[in-house]
Amino acid sequence: MEKVIIDPVTRIEGHLRVEVTLDGGRVKEARTSGTLFRGFEIILKGRDPRDASQITQRVCGVCPIAHATASVFALDQAFGLEDKIPSNARIIRNLILGSNLLQSNILHFYHLAGLDFVDLTRLARYEGENASLRTLREFLAGGNSSPFLPRYEGDYRLGDKANEELASHYLLALEVRRKAHEMLAIFGGKMPHNVGTVAGGVTENPTVDKISSFLWRVNEIRQFIDNVYLGDVMRIVEKYEDYLEMGASGCQFLSYGAFNLDRDAIDKTRGSRLYEQGLADPALKLKALEPERITEQVRNSWYENGTTNRHPSRADTVPSENKSGAYSWLKAPRYDGEPCEVGPLARLMVGYSWGHSPVQNLVEKSLAAMKLKLPALQSCLGRHLARALDAKLVADAMAEWVVELKPGDPVYVPYELPDEAEGMGLSEAPRGSVGHWIRIRRGVIDNYQLVVPTTWNASPRDDSNKPGPMEKALEGIKVKDSRNPLEVVRIIRSFDPCLACAVHFVTPKGRELKIFRIR
Amino acid sequence: MKVKRQPVIWLQGAGCTGCSISIMNSVSPSIKNLLLDEVVPGSLLQLVFHPTLMAASGEVCIEVMLDAREKKEGSYILVMEGSIPTARGGIFGTVGEKKGEPVTILSRFVNLARGSLAIIAVGDCAAFGGIPAARPNPTGCKGAKDVLEHEKIDVPLINIPGCPPHPDWFVGTVAHILLYGLMSPDDLDELNRPKAFYGQLIHENCPRRPYFDEGKFARQLGEEGCLYELGCKGPFTYADCPLRHWNGGVNWVIGAGSPCLGCTEPSFPDIAGPFYKKISDWEKLKPPLK
Ligand code: SF4
Ligand code: SF4
Repeated sequence: MEKVIIDPVTRIEGHLRVEVTLDGGRVKEARTSGTLFRGFEIILKGRDPRDASQITQRVCGVCPIAHATASVFALDQAFGLEDKIPSNARIIRNLILGSNLLQSNILHFYHLAGLDFVDLTRLARYEGENASLRTLREFLAGGNSSPFLPRYEGDYRLGDKANEELASHYLLALEVRRKAHEMLAIFGGKMPHNVGTVAGGVTENPTVDKISSFLWRVNEIRQFIDNVYLGDVMRIVEKYEDYLEMGASGCQFLSYGAFNLDRDAIDKTRGSRLYEQGLADPALKLKALEPERITEQVRNSWYENGTTNRHPSRADTVPSENKSGAYSWLKAPRYDGEPCEVGPLARLMVGYSWGHSPVQNLVEKSLAAMKLKLPALQSCLGRHLARALDAKLVADAMAEWVVELKPGDPVYVPYELPDEAEGMGLSEAPRGSVGHWIRIRRGVIDNYQLVVPTTWNASPRDDSNKPGPMEKALEGIKVKDSRNPLEVVRIIRSFDPCLACAVHFVTPKGRELKIFRIR
Repeated sequence: MKVKRQPVIWLQGAGCTGCSISIMNSVSPSIKNLLLDEVVPGSLLQLVFHPTLMAASGEVCIEVMLDAREKKEGSYILVMEGSIPTARGGIFGTVGEKKGEPVTILSRFVNLARGSLAIIAVGDCAAFGGIPAARPNPTGCKGAKDVLEHEKIDVPLINIPGCPPHPDWFVGTVAHILLYGLMSPDDLDELNRPKAFYGQLIHENCPRRPYFDEGKFARQLGEEGCLYELGCKGPFTYADCPLRHWNGGVNWVIGAGSPCLGCTEPSFPDIAGPFYKKISDWEKLKPPLK
């Protein structure tokens, strides 16, 4: 038996540590943990409820918009505005959410996960004419290889041509993701941490110049997705085909649904959306979502066992730092007692199971073009493919939504701050389902709870010792070289983990440094 | 001409990575230029360590950091992003380990700061504590300056606050260092911010200022008028957003109809909040100095 510890896992958002136990070169057991705690739930207490949409964005600089969105949904509900949000505001919120999804998915594929597959260092021998690549060559030739070297060595399989093209797209994608943020700022004011999405609607009025400037930008990004991004994923798939068979979590898929479409009500269980809401098992049997069935279990987390299996709105966080057998600061969220995988793949699987036509059409068409079958998506590279399709679906829809805006119509409804109220906001971050629950007492925040995508995906074992999706995805994986555990980091990154989100909502008390680590 | 390589170690503490993402939004130079090209003639940045961008993981990347600390002592710039948890010895944030024990961000920062040429604290978190240090500051988070003073480390410090800061503020500061050397105390205000970017109040340059002067105030979000009554913190916030605009110049906070949140000030977010409520305590907010 051999233990491999990866700390920190870089090219993700936040601070993550992974420990795998190898037995005969295969992963016997995997344990993931976050190594930073900021205490957002504690910080939010006692504040003006409206500040939640700004403060919670600072949970994560890569997907602040998902928090802004879930947060304003929770506030709208608490303020009694759910069915009063004007159309313009609904659309602009969708455009802001979509813009950031595009930048996040592109950033993830090219800049965070890409270097696990693409060999930038080989460009030191580049002989072609591409100006960007020549710059890269000069850069490497100057003996300067950071931040691209060192890295895990070994299995980089792309041929020279594909490798060169992907390297040049790594550089091109830096510009494209930046443009997605520029597009977002048209209605969101600035990014990261937009100011447009607020309780009651949005702050920015649509005007024709903004609409057309948005439209042109989204079209440019659509071209990139169609002509570059999707093809690049395919090229990786061709050379790393075995990763279509590795890394399935075997868990059910969960999607809270996102991008409200036809009505101004943002009720979480009615209304039509681009992404449907629900759960689908790996065989794509569909269940409707009943948010009351979400609980958080703590048997293997450092919290009092008495607090286990509660709904987030009634959650209590009582640390029990020396609890034997526990190994994570993450709680284990469960739906009806079962772990769930969330993210682009889950959104597609749930949408597909609904028979929701845009999702089904896109998935079927793309799979046919690649001569792949549906189960192939449930894998390490399948997640990357799903993320690219997710970007395409959203970008194409955005180009239609933006022209539905009506200059001159309202973007905001005024409201009175309630003394006592409760609210729930459910939405989708680029990396999966995000839920916010707020309780207001005496006009200020009394309790605020967040259950975020990476808590679902990187959850530890639960009360009945079922591992979380990421841990399950790693089990049984063959690791060829334990000093260069590429297989492990590839599978972990395919989930696009965001640990900044996941571990910041707990109160470790009196925990000693040496106990803080995961064994 | 021999190209000078300026090594940079970019450490992330208790933050959200938003500052890094903001720097990636830089237009001219682009992040590609910052990574690969001479930022100013004859000088390249050599980003030795950056957790979001670097290829390496785990021990491999910690070795890179320690190697640079040793071999480039006195010549590298330390960029700090995120706040530094100090409560209970800093156990709330760790990066990597040493002899099987996790190493705190606090001790990494102190160690790297001691060997650095200069420190750039990027973002409100690193400069003043920011969001993680907000009341009741459960993890004892501190900005770089507090930690440096406590540890008696005397290395030049430049603060580039903002949540996140505008990429130009960071890039401009780096360009200054590469072209003219370290900033002199005269270039900085009393909070160590470059005067070039933080020299004037938002309120001084705000296009809605005529409304303020006439007393025409917006009564709800989305309306024309000055946003003072809706909580705008522009009157005590130093930054050049109204002139520079954000994200390639497409918009900015007040431009999009939102009150300024005051995110370049040490009072963010505790005194600057509630964000959507009229300033009630001018005393605490440190009225305009200049
Ligand atoms: S200053 Fe703001 S953007 Fe930067 S790390 Fe802190 S919370 Fe994130
Ligand atoms: S909107 Fe804010 S910064 Fe602009 S004039 Fe009014 S108070 Fe001043």
